[in-house]
Amino acid sequence: MKYYLFMYHDEKTGAALSKEEMDGWLAKIKAWSDSMRHAGVLIKAEALHPTAAATTVRVRQGKTLTTHGPFAETKEQLGGAYLIECSHLDEALAWAAKSPQAEFGSIEVRPVWDMEMTAAADSTREKGYFRK
Amino acid sequence: MEDALVMALEKVQRQERGQILATLIGWCGDFDLAEEALQDALLAAMQHWGRRGIPVKPGAWLTTVARRKAVDHLRQTGAAPADATVPKAVEATEDPDEIEDADEVHAEADDYPDERLKLIFTCCHPALPPEQGIALTLTTLGGLTTAETAAAFLVPLSTMAQRLVRAKRKIKDAGLPYRIPPPELLAERLESVLTVLYLIFTEGYSATAGESVMRPHLCEEAIRLGRLLELLVRGDSTGIDLTAAAQAEILGLLSLMILIHARRHARVGGGGELIGLENQSRDHWEKREITEGMAVLEAAMHLGCAGPYQLQAAIQALHCGVEAPEMTDWTRIAGLYQSLLEFSDTSVIRLNHAVAVAMAGAPEEGLALLEAWCGELQAYGPFHLARAELLRRMGRRSEALAAYDRALEVTGNARERDFILGRMDA
Repeated sequence: MKYYLFMYHDEKTGAALSKEEMDGWLAKIKAWSDSMRHAGVLIKAEALHPTAAATTVRVRQGKTLTTHGPFAETKEQLGGAYLIECSHLDEALAWAAKSPQAEFGSIEVRPVWDMEMTAAADSTREKGYFRK
Repeated sequence: MEDALVMALEKVQRQERGQILATLIGWCGDFDLAEEALQDALLAAMQHWGRRGIPVKPGAWLTTVARRKAVDHLRQTGAAPADATVPKAVEATEDPDEIEDADEVHAEADDYPDERLKLIFTCCHPALPPEQGIALTLTTLGGLTTAETAAAFLVPLSTMAQRLVRAKRKIKDAGLPYRIPPPELLAERLESVLTVLYLIFTEGYSATAGESVMRPHLCEEAIRLGRLLELLVRGDSTGIDLTAAAQAEILGLLSLMILIHARRHARVGGGGELIGLENQSRDHWEKREITEGMAVLEAAMHLGCAGPYQLQAAIQALHCGVEAPEMTDWTRIAGLYQSLLEFSDTSVIRLNHAVAVAMAGAPEEGLALLEAWCGELQAYGPFHLARAELLRRMGRRSEALAAYDRALEVTGNARERDFILGRMDA
């Protein structure tokens, strides 16, 4: 199964770090990310610019509303996402717990909706999966 | 014959339903399919046991037939099974229409390994909200139907059914594993299981909600599940190495629940009013259960790893073990609460610690401890009640009455209000 690890942390604490401290954390995060790559678990890793760089758009009654900033003000902000492939939730949770970010932020583990599985189930229903 | 058949079916349902479901879920990876297949197998048993006699191993017979029913069901709907090995395992064995009639069912219906530990850990996985884990545990491993569980928790049937649907959906969509957690996760996951069992117990015990005849059943179910957990862990042959600390806490929780439950008849008076520990008629305590609870606690402490459930059970044992309330060893109880605070520092434990210190002969010290936390507990009835009781013991009557008044102000439950009013008059 595919899972997204959404990495949340308080941007302010990150911004308050010295350059050395920041480099230290980045090295740890890279080591963790590499360990997932070597284990053949990691599909994709993306880091995000801070929420100050975000713009939110909504369309209501045909009218586009564009606002600066993230969609909601929260204590911790989304800072990046990792797409991983695991055999079950506990495995994904274990990778998340190993992340250096787990020590100062929060990681939301979300299963990815498997469109292929859904499509396959639909087509097997038509064909009759178990008939010879 | 008819009666014997119905009795046999009821017996196997009561004793083996959880085990059959656990096996089926492990095999097909789907709670709903397992439950449907078991229903079908029970219907088949009604017909075939009457004709061919009750099988030697009814549970194994039902498991075998339910597996075939599950395959039938998958064939009919054409749905892909969660576990791709399912059709291969049973496909091409026989004509599905004839299955439960054949002698081979009797021959094949051999013992299945007990998978209930996997089911407990899945139902109580921390990824599920507690109310969903509780619902799933009671309806699969416990002996309650959805309607009975709804009645026990005083929620509409549709609400309880919804909790079960959501729990099963999350298990499937989020890919919760069906397994005994590996050693590095075991302590955390066991804690989650014990929490669910204790929540079931306290829901049955607490008087904060309305009335229901199902509520005492929750206490009994929680104790039954506690015994099952203890048995499964002790008898597990799958090589799980449960630490002594974990075993000790399973026993600790079991002992705690047995000891509290043993006082159930003395706790509520003829008019439904609550009776405090010191005024309970000790003749109404279940002596045999207290003896058992103490023996379980002793077995726990023998393992040499203290834990919060064992400490709470030890406190209960000190209350239960004396002939009269005056003989209670409050100094030891205060010490146990002090140790408990090291595991979980909560307002309620602080409150109990303060009361125990006061009862141990240091009322001033107890009152000071109590009042040190009063900021957090202003809206908590038991805080004002405890303070009132302490002031009264110290002879500060008018202050005590004011504290009783505060307790009344923040207590909504009718029985608890009656209890406070009773204390004011006493």
